[in-house]
Amino acid sequence: MNADQGGFITSRLSDGIAWARKWSLFPYPFVTACCGMEYMSVSSAHYDLDRFGAAWPRFSPRQADMLLVVGTISHKMAPVLKKVYEQMCEPKWVVAFGVCTCTGGFYDNYATVQGIDRIIPVDCYIPGCPPRPEAVLDALMKLQAKIQASRHPLAGSVVERPRN
Amino acid sequence: MTDVTLTEHPALVRLRAQFGDAVLETHAHRGDHTAVVAPERYHDVMRFLHDDPECDYDFLTDLTAWDRLRMELAPRFEVVVHLYSTSRNDRLRIKTRPTDDEAPAVDSIVDIYRAANWPEREVWDMFGIRFHGHPNLKRILMYEEFVGHPLRKDYPVNKRQPLVEERPIPDDRPSTLFYT
Ligand code: SF4
Repeated sequence: MNADQGGFITSRLSDGIAWARKWSLFPYPFVTACCGMEYMSVSSAHYDLDRFGAAWPRFSPRQADMLLVVGTISHKMAPVLKKVYEQMCEPKWVVAFGVCTCTGGFYDNYATVQGIDRIIPVDCYIPGCPPRPEAVLDALMKLQAKIQASRHPLAGSVVERPRN
Repeated sequence: MTDVTLTEHPALVRLRAQFGDAVLETHAHRGDHTAVVAPERYHDVMRFLHDDPECDYDFLTDLTAWDRLRMELAPRFEVVVHLYSTSRNDRLRIKTRPTDDEAPAVDSIVDIYRAANWPEREVWDMFGIRFHGHPNLKRILMYEEFVGHPLRKDYPVNKRQPLVEERPIPDDRPSTLFYT
């Protein structure tokens, strides 16, 4: 956080926008494999993602800001994932859900991308095969911390405008 | 391995009577009956097993192949077909070995078993075995840009053919998770 760079108002503005963003995440579930079952459990009522404002999946990348990549990504699927990522509007965050998306997992073979960060940038990695719902919630909270720590460009531009 | 007393499965007896030397080997293991047939007669054998009323293998359970490179067996490839007779509740396995290791090929049985269409495409995709007479022999699982046949034993286990340009990833990348 660069609160010392700006005035009180602009840094509060940045904090406020980040606060608003981190409590209204719209996930796009890119579900390709068995981790999807765990995603279903974590996204249903028992674990209550709505506590984090991240309950409502959007099935258009243009309406989403959190890309949840859930399951093995093959080289054949990789262009699709990249296109989905590119279609999302900024600001956007990517969560790699399960070891297959983090590193390729045990699929060390001709078919599988050895970690989706070889294609798109990733904000948060969740290990596990599949991860327990608690691990997903933990990742969500860490992503929220990351969003809270980011600065809003609008607030930044206010800071950088020369004062005369 | 070959136990003659156990190979007297009626279908194998009929097969040998019909095709003689074209039935190269038969064996049975715990009720698992197998015949290896010459690739030239493979299509005729399948036609016979399908049409003959006493065989009546009307259902293709599976069609696959394997690469025997590491076993140092010749010929290198073997196509394996599993058949099932719904009328007699009976299974039979037929194998055939395409003779040319460089450009292996056998006849397609899609005209006999339509279910062989996709498995033959998969065998072409994974092992590079051609099927003469197949209506649409192209890759089924891998992308069209893929070079080679990944289930061949000489396909390098670490070889990747990415479709998307990969981002450079340093091994010692710092964790970006906690930055405040
Ligand atoms: S990490 Fe495990 S559960 Fe998840 S997609 Fe891979 S194999 Fe399936």
